[in-house]
Amino acid sequence: MARRKSPEVNAGSMADIAFLLLIFFLVTTTIETDSGINRKLPPMEDQIDPPIIRQKNIFTVVVNKNNQLLVEEELTDIKDLRNLAVDFLDNGGGSGEEACDYCQGNRDPRSSDNPDKAIISLKNDRETEYKVYIAVQNELVAAYNVLRNREFARLYPNEALTYVEADLRYSDPRTSPDDKSSLKEKLDVIKALYPQKLSEAEPSKVN
Amino acid sequence: MAKFKKNKSGDLPAISTASLPDIVFMLLFFFMVATVMRDSTLMVQNTLPAADQVQKLDKKDRVIYIYAGKPSSRYIETYGTSAKIQLNDKFGTVEEVGAFVLAERAAKRQELQNVLTTALKVDSDTKMGIISDIKQELRKVNALKLNYTTRVGDYTQNFN
Repeated sequence: MARRKSPEVNAGSMADIAFLLLIFFLVTTTIETDSGINRKLPPMEDQIDPPIIRQKNIFTVVVNKNNQLLVEEELTDIKDLRNLAVDFLDNGGGSGEEACDYCQGNRDPRSSDNPDKAIISLKNDRETEYKVYIAVQNELVAAYNVLRNREFARLYPNEALTYVEADLRYSDPRTSPDDKSSLKEKLDVIKALYPQKLSEAEPSKVN
Repeated sequence: MAKFKKNKSGDLPAISTASLPDIVFMLLFFFMVATVMRDSTLMVQNTLPAADQVQKLDKKDRVIYIYAGKPSSRYIETYGTSAKIQLNDKFGTVEEVGAFVLAERAAKRQELQNVLTTALKVDSDTKMGIISDIKQELRKVNALKLNYTTRVGDYTQNFN
């Protein structure tokens, strides 16, 4: 009697399984790109003739070794930092040549003259924790971004973008060169309105 | 009626698996392309702080990485618990940072040497002292473009 051959295992659905896996990984994999806060360090050479800056144009932020925040000599919670910085930058208290026609601040004569003059000075202790420092940096950058977003929406309402989105689009390699050059023009205009002037003092040993 | 003759043996016809290698290769290529190789093993703890006002880092070949933080658990016995700087795959001192950056810069292609960014991947519990020292060293070698690499998230996550 002839022995019956055992039937072959059906491998036809293997492709389906492989595709399922493939699609699963395609969807779940995020190709890791690092992101972070960009900063530019000042060059080493000493300025021979440091410009004279009026005290009212400086917004001092000090973080001490206990991670406490001192903004303009006052103990402050980090939640308020963004708004305080926005108020300071957007104050526009100057008159005549120093007037700021696009500022919407309180025009307090005791605060900054115009955004171009306004400087944020950040000072930290050697014992400050890095995460607190990053949080402060984040809030200060956020303050600039708030104002830049506002101006971007005012000057280029047809773009339907915020400044931050436009900046992202600009740095995206998929954006065409034509778009890039037109975006760059607009971004530069906004950057000139609210230039990021963030100065960092060398940290103190004791505070 | 020979055309509609039933398969006498009753076996299922074998399905061709000839396309299976194609599929496997496709998977293989996908992972080859998508995988980012980590070129140095981390020897320090590296929980990055959270921030939401972030910008994307430049292409990988334009970045020099510097890690800092407390040594990982298996190095604690040898190196103690104070924060350390990791340059490539060994611990370095603050004084070595400048030389390291210059060496890395020299190893890059000529046209990239002026557009390099230094990415600081620092553990969130590190004290600012060591970071300020690194920044001073970077200024000395004129590596002024800096990126504090963070995780994307709300800043309040840093306070717990």
